[in-house]
Parts: sequence; C-alpha cells; structure tokens
Amino acid sequence: MVGHALERIARHDPTLHAFLHVAGEEALDAARRWDDRYARGGDALPPLAGLPVALKDNLCAQGMPTTAGSRILAGWMPPYDATVVARLREAGAVLIGKTNLDEFAMGSSTENSAFGPTRNPWDPSRVPGGSSGGSAAAVAAGFVPAALGSDTGGSIRQPAGFCGVVGLKPTYGRVSRYGLIAFASSLDQIGPLTRTVADAALLLRVLAGRDPRDATSVELPAPELVGEGAGGVRGMKIGLPGEALGEGLQPDVRAAVEEAAAVLRGQGATLVNVALPSLAYALPVYYLIATSEASTNLARYDGVRYGLRVGGGDLYQMYAQTRGQGFGAEVKRRIMLGTYALSAGFYEGFFLKAQRVRTLIRRDFEAAFTAADLLLLPTSPTVPFTLGEKTDDPLQMYLADVYTIPVNLAGLPAVSVPCGFAGGLPIGMQLIGRAFAEGALLQAARTYERATEWWTRRPAAWS
Amino acid sequence: MSIDRATVDYVARLARLALTEDERERFTRQLADILHHFAMLQSVNTERVEPTADVNAPANVVRDDVPGRCLSRDAVLAAAPESEDGYLKVPAVIDTEPVP
Repeated sequence: MVGHALERIARHDPTLHAFLHVAGEEALDAARRWDDRYARGGDALPPLAGLPVALKDNLCAQGMPTTAGSRILAGWMPPYDATVVARLREAGAVLIGKTNLDEFAMGSSTENSAFGPTRNPWDPSRVPGGSSGGSAAAVAAGFVPAALGSDTGGSIRQPAGFCGVVGLKPTYGRVSRYGLIAFASSLDQIGPLTRTVADAALLLRVLAGRDPRDATSVELPAPELVGEGAGGVRGMKIGLPGEALGEGLQPDVRAAVEEAAAVLRGQGATLVNVALPSLAYALPVYYLIATSEASTNLARYDGVRYGLRVGGGDLYQMYAQTRGQGFGAEVKRRIMLGTYALSAGFYEGFFLKAQRVRTLIRRDFEAAFTAADLLLLPTSPTVPFTLGEKTDDPLQMYLADVYTIPVNLAGLPAVSVPCGFAGGLPIGMQLIGRAFAEGALLQAARTYERATEWWTRRPAAWS
Repeated sequence: MSIDRATVDYVARLARLALTEDERERFTRQLADILHHFAMLQSVNTERVEPTADVNAPANVVRDDVPGRCLSRDAVLAAAPESEDGYLKVPAVIDTEPVP
C-alpha cells in the first residue's frame, strides 16, 4: 500500500502539488516493519497498522520539516511530535508526508501557501479549497486513504466538499491541539479527511482523548465506530436553517443539498425548519476573533528561536524585517486586523463585542438543537472556483466559509459528505451535531452515504 | 469605520511588521473595506450578554508541581538562527536608542 501510494505521488503530484514533503524512505521502512509483524502473526496488530496517512503541514512530526506553508518556517524541523501524530504512530499508521496548506491555515483555497497552490484533482484549473487543500487533494486523488487536516473556520470541511471526500471537524476539545501550529486557539480543531464516513470514524477513535498537554481537551470516551447503521436516521429530526439557503448560494448547490435532505427523509428522518438568525453576523464575529487570536499566536515568529531571521539591524528591525519578509500578504493582513481589534481603545468595541455576539450564535444553536438532532447545510455556497478567481478580493474569499464558520464559533462537531456534482465539480453537504455527539452525527452521515453512490466516484485521471 | 495610513503604520509597529510602500497602500484600502463590512456588528444588541472566551467553559486546569521531561537543549538550539555556548543569540536588547 505504501509503495503504491509513493508511486502514485511520484507520478501525479508534480501536477497536483498536494505534498510539500514526502518521507519516502522512512515510510517504506515503517511499512516493511509492519509487513514483518503481520507475517509473524502473534499479537493483534494496532488499528491502523501499515495504513499510509498524510499530515497537513501545520502538524509537528519529528523527523519531517514543518513549514505551516510559510517562508518564516521553511526548513524548520520540529523537536517533538504533535499528540495526534504520536497517536497515529502508536496505532501503526505510516506517515507518508506533509501536505500543502494556506499559510498558517489562513485561507480557503490553498492559494496562500508560500510554496505554490495545490490543484483540485477533479479539475486542475480549480482550487481544492483550503486551508487543508493538500490533504483533501491527496485523498481525492487516491494518493492516501486518509489525511489529517485542521479546521478553524471550515478548513477541513470546505476542501473536503470541494474535492468530493469526507471531512470531519470534531467537537472543540475532542482532539488534542498539542503540536498543531496554532492559528486561533479557541476555534482550531484537528480532524480526518477520508474517502468514507467509516474511515473518518476510525481515525477519530485513534485521535480523540484527553491530553494533559492540551488543557482544552476533554475527558470523554471515544465515539463508537460506525457499524452497519443500526437505526440509521429513523426517528432523527434534521433541522434546515432557512436563512442559510439565501443569496450567494449557487442553484446547483442548493438543489443538491435539497435532494440530500429528501434522501434523509426517505431513510426515515423528519425534516424540520429551524431558525439561526445570528448566522448573518458569523462572518465578522469570526474574522474579529480569529484574527485577534492569530495576532497573538503568530507573535512568536520573530526570528529569535526558530525559522527565518533577517539580520543586519537592531532588535526591532530583526523582528519587523523577519516578519515582514517571512509572512505572506494574507497572514500580514490578518495580523494587522487582529492587532487593531485588540488595541487600546478598540478592544471593547471590536474584540469583546464579537465575543458577545459569539455567545448569541451559540445560544441560537442550542435553541435549534431543542427542535432538531442534527442540522443540514451546504458545505460551501459554490462549487470549486478557478485558481486566481478570488485572490484579488479578500472579502470575497472570506464569504466562501459562510456556512462553516458558525460551527467553529459554537465549538460543535460537523462533517462534510459528498452529495452531488455540477459540471463534474463536487458538491458537499454539511451535517452539524450537538457538542460531543459525533456518534449520531457520523451515523447519519454514513446512512446518507450508503443510500447514495457519491462516495464511489473518483476523479479519473490519477491512477 | 475608517482606517487611515497613520493608523495602519501604528498597527504595523505594534505588530512588528515591516510593510512595503505597496503593502501600506493596499492594506489601508483592504482593511477599510473589511472593517466597513464588520460595522454591522454594532447594531446587534448584546446588553447583558457575556463574551464567550471558551466554548467548554473549563475551570483552571492545573497539574501537580512536579518536574517532567522537557525538550533537549540540543534539539532546540539546532533550530536556532544564531546561538553561542548554549544560548540563543540576538541583537542587543538594551540599547541607547528608544524603539520607534
């Protein structure tokens, strides 16, 4: 499997550019060791033994460079493994390499990577989505069966939707963030991108759990594996938030998601209307909170301990030039926005105000979940756009995340599942669950998946 | 709400970001557009609404005050741009010139 993966990557990744680093030798060595253990029999093998997995390049893995898609960390080798990486290793996974991302996970298309964009395997003139575009493309192209991404405002779900794969963002606190290069600490979560819902559930069991090194991680039993769906969605109430299906939503996407709702009803679910009025404010709330937290988290990239240093001047110049030259435009823009929002005189009106509206958004979800067990929305308002189409207008790019952002603000679990195509381009639908209810969420997602054939479709060109 | 060049320069200084002339121009315009879009938040009634800092509302999470393993100094210094005798090396921190 690993040899096959490496071969496909060598053949097709020069076109797709899903990977920033391929750990060929180490992967083959690890695979051989698992083959040996398998041949010898004896002890049961761990759940992912020999499985090739790719890691988004904002996850620290010892022995592999970690760049966060940025020049400021080009060539940096982490001295430790992220907790999720350690768990994958323990479970027997073979770490194939690091995948491309928008710089510091800031973006919705992977075009903000300092090392060039990744292309969508369904149409290489289009974006794979972002910021976990490399991971999504790697799974869609069949390079690996599973990859890890991170999701702060939709960065797992949106690229999963754009690439026709499954992408799961767990409940905030479900998976340890130790070793994830932080973007916005109250929003970030790590999760799997896979071809099927069952695979995502399997990965989640490996990744989830309390970690003393992440104080926000929660002590809870791992969610059940998704079985043949005893019960499916019978008796479940699925909420449709009317105002989500509003302007900016492409007609093909709307039709596909409405059809998905009908499939779920056909499987025994009841559809109900729910109101989420504060959804209209989610974008500014997110961009004020996320950028504020980012401005703090990215203060550490200063040329002192690791990464790029631009020398030749005094201390202030070292900081300013290192950061000025090391960070790309979108990262600088967001640091500026966050710094402004937190600065004296503006903190109350911007940051705190956004935090208060965030509470209102959470309350809306809580109210919705008294009427429904799961919520159904499109993953994105559009099909994948072309490279360069939205890079001139940052605000236009931000609008791509309008359906995914509210979920991070409320800390809820959500999954994107393929639900159709328009002009050969994938469409994803998003199911959102109650906090820590990944079991019900994945059960419903799998029921939908098995009742349709979208999950069997593969982009033709990459075998 | 508007944002002018002087504000952009002030914020860039706070953020320790050296901007090119082109960036100062572009960011002034783009940040103004973005902030204009965000002005809608002002109309939301948040009287007596607490800010959400953390969705899971944890108490202070502490561990026992017992030394544990830490990163090896060699591994850490291997990544340092400049080091000497086991220390990180940077330009003078205390200087006669005030920071601008």
